[in-house]
Amino acid sequence: MSMLQVSGASKRFGGVIANEKISLEVPEGKIIGLIGPNGSGKTTLFNSIVGYHPLDDGSIRFEGQEISHLRVPEIARLGMLRTFQQTRIYGKMTCVQNMQISKPNRNEGLMSMFDRFPKEDLARIDHLLEFVGLYSKRNLLAGDLSFGQQKLPEFAMALMNEPKLLLLDEPTAGINPTLINGLIDRLKRANEEMGITLLVIEHNMRVIMNLAEHIYCLAHGEMLAEGKPEEIQNDQRVIDAYLGAH
Amino acid sequence: MRNTILLVLGTIIAFAVPFMFPAYQNQFAMLWLMILFALTWDLMGGQMGYNSFGNVVFFGVGMYITAVIQRDLYFDIEEYAHVAGRIDALTPDQYLTGIFLGMGVSGIVTVLVAIILGAGILGLRGHYFAICTLGLTIAAGEIASGIDYIGAGSGIVTPVFPTELMAKGMFFYFVFMVLAVGTFLTNKWMLAGRFGLAVNAIRDDEDKAEAMGIRTKRYKTMAWATSAFFLSMAGGAAGNLFGFIDPINVAFAGATFGVWMVLMAILGGKGTIWGPVIGAAIFHITQELFWTYLFGWQRVALGAMIVGIVVFFPQGIMGFLRQHWPHLFGHKVDEQTTVEQGATKESEA
Amino acid sequence: MIANLSILFDAPIFVVQLLIDGLLIGALFALVAYGMALVWGVMNIINIAQGEFVILGGYVALTVANWGVPIVLGLPISFIVLFLVGWAVYRAVICRVVDEDLFISILATFGISILFQQLMNQMFTADVRTLQSGLDTWFLFDDMVTVSQIKVVSFVSAIVFGVAVMIFMRRSRLGQAIRATAQNARAARIMGIDTDRVYAMTYSINAAICGAAGALVVMTWFVQPFAGLAFTVRSFMIVVIAGLGNLGAVAVSGLTLGTLENFAGFILGAEFQMAFIFSLLVVILVWRNYRLGRERKVLR
Repeated sequence: MSMLQVSGASKRFGGVIANEKISLEVPEGKIIGLIGPNGSGKTTLFNSIVGYHPLDDGSIRFEGQEISHLRVPEIARLGMLRTFQQTRIYGKMTCVQNMQISKPNRNEGLMSMFDRFPKEDLARIDHLLEFVGLYSKRNLLAGDLSFGQQKLPEFAMALMNEPKLLLLDEPTAGINPTLINGLIDRLKRANEEMGITLLVIEHNMRVIMNLAEHIYCLAHGEMLAEGKPEEIQNDQRVIDAYLGAH
Repeated sequence: MRNTILLVLGTIIAFAVPFMFPAYQNQFAMLWLMILFALTWDLMGGQMGYNSFGNVVFFGVGMYITAVIQRDLYFDIEEYAHVAGRIDALTPDQYLTGIFLGMGVSGIVTVLVAIILGAGILGLRGHYFAICTLGLTIAAGEIASGIDYIGAGSGIVTPVFPTELMAKGMFFYFVFMVLAVGTFLTNKWMLAGRFGLAVNAIRDDEDKAEAMGIRTKRYKTMAWATSAFFLSMAGGAAGNLFGFIDPINVAFAGATFGVWMVLMAILGGKGTIWGPVIGAAIFHITQELFWTYLFGWQRVALGAMIVGIVVFFPQGIMGFLRQHWPHLFGHKVDEQTTVEQGATKESEA
Repeated sequence: MIANLSILFDAPIFVVQLLIDGLLIGALFALVAYGMALVWGVMNIINIAQGEFVILGGYVALTVANWGVPIVLGLPISFIVLFLVGWAVYRAVICRVVDEDLFISILATFGISILFQQLMNQMFTADVRTLQSGLDTWFLFDDMVTVSQIKVVSFVSAIVFGVAVMIFMRRSRLGQAIRATAQNARAARIMGIDTDRVYAMTYSINAAICGAAGALVVMTWFVQPFAGLAFTVRSFMIVVIAGLGNLGAVAVSGLTLGTLENFAGFILGAEFQMAFIFSLLVVILVWRNYRLGRERKVLR
């Protein structure tokens, strides 16, 4: 059984159809790609999956549980997390603090509001920050990092939260080419070593072909094609959609 | 070690002040109240980014609840209204029972009020929250001025302090000192753990906090209820210190206390532990000076001061320090790039 | 309260009276709200000092009338004086908080509002003041309904004035610049629009609109140094309900609010009229947010 199962998801904004009967599956432990030209409804689909807006039609199941009626924080606590296209971090807190508060919130009682942070947390935080290459800047305010660098604590925070499934919205947007290679490598390691399933929106074809094992392609709010990277690469419909011949 | 010395010194001074300056006991009591104001506001506005003009509502509610309990415990309303509080019949025991019972009940009731109001109002963000709470304050004042049971527009006179107990100023100095120190320690304790970082996260980016699964509503309600708890107890005591409760100018005083608490926190540096305390002290002293030297125009001067601070010094004293000397706050780059190197360095040190 | 309500049922003519009074005063609310929407939309500032500008406009009209200037000139004089006041306030304070976060500008304008209240209190005392227009009152429906002519005059002036400002915004070069800045300040700056000047003009025009409204308020109603905040809150409510861009909706909400407030004042008793306005603000905000919350959005 798949970890995430979207079937027949539709979403309209006024008269504009953003998603029309989209179905996709994310099996556990895999890296799945989601591509499509600008305005094809990728981010809308992401937002529907993690609960930002109610679906008009269709169902979304996470580990067999229907989640389309749940709200963002509840879904996050189930173990499905997303990062943002426009990076979002807690700017006036240090990187370490950003990490500390990103601990999983799954089974907290009322009094755990006042929990202190144990030593093991710090060790784990140090290792994760080292993993993304931010160890030396861990005591800086996250907002003082450069814009491209802010992607790193955001990624580390997501890992800190121990998600089962991580949805990444254009992880390489606004990052320079050398950093991109490092990031691909880290995404793969997160998948292999930490066992986190990934669903990645990406514009950069080279990145997604390298990364994903299976790719879905959206166009005009509809599912256009799916398949292995090589298949997608050679699919005439996908090429047309990207060149605007559709 | 140095901290211990400072702590002992501070405690000695705090206890000595009312004995050293008996003529200024009321002013020093007010200083503690101002510190409490700034601290309770900062928990919401500074730490959590929920800039409230409505915290003063809890102050007013506490004031009224305490006064009503004090009144109804020992008097018939008719009789009390007739003599307008000028009854010297309260023994010290009765007075103490009344005021402390009143404060305790206020604390509990306002926590419930905060939770109920919070269910609706804490869902508002940013400026909508600020203006909604402003409306709440003024609505509360207007509603209170229409209810006869609590004296309507002419307010309530609180019972006369039994001076055979001790000097009135001395009593309230210590009451407010305990409340303010209690607020400070509570803030400090709460902010030191998960709560502190969670409310900071809500301040920096609430959407992100929700996306990370933080139970934002719970933290927001907790912060508001904590503010409400201390404010209402302070309100109960303050009503007795002033001796008179006016619905609009004393209890639900949005344009004075309500704005001052914001201003004191900003002046000292919002979102810091000590900032509100420093801000309150400076503000209170300045205000007393205005009162002495600019009599008649002191409120105009205060208005100008509000605008001045907001426009020219919005980061506050602590913010200014952090901006210019960030390394004092530990914000610096390490030379070590890996955990291993970091660990070696620590063991060497 | 029940008694007052039953009066309305027994004598429906009171309903007519309340409705007329409410609509006539509502036009003034809409005018002030229009100014607030202008500043909010263009500069992203919620001007808490809005009501104080209205009250100050009233005092200006009152003062010049006491000097012997014809009452008709009160409105244009208030307009000009408040334009200058608005400009001075912009240069002294607002220009420094335009780009700051919203709470700073709310707090700054709140400070200005308190400062103005206290200044007016020093200059004009805390007494409630009105300006007698010298106009008559109409008696309708067998003298059951009274309509003072000044209220009608004020209603008509408010509408004429509002339409004039609207045309100015549509047609004039400055109006276009203001609207361009509202849509995208950065793009406007790149295209050579002096946004600082646009902001200054916008804020001053808003103050002037309030001044004109104030001149009408002092003749139809009253002014008092501390009565301004109610106008601010009314405008804010109207803008929240109507949205920033929609002028028709602003007018409709203004008239509705005026009527609603009049009925509430009658039913709950005059002492609860203010309580009603401010409670309504809280209720409207929470209700709108709740409705949005069901769509998983929040009021922004």
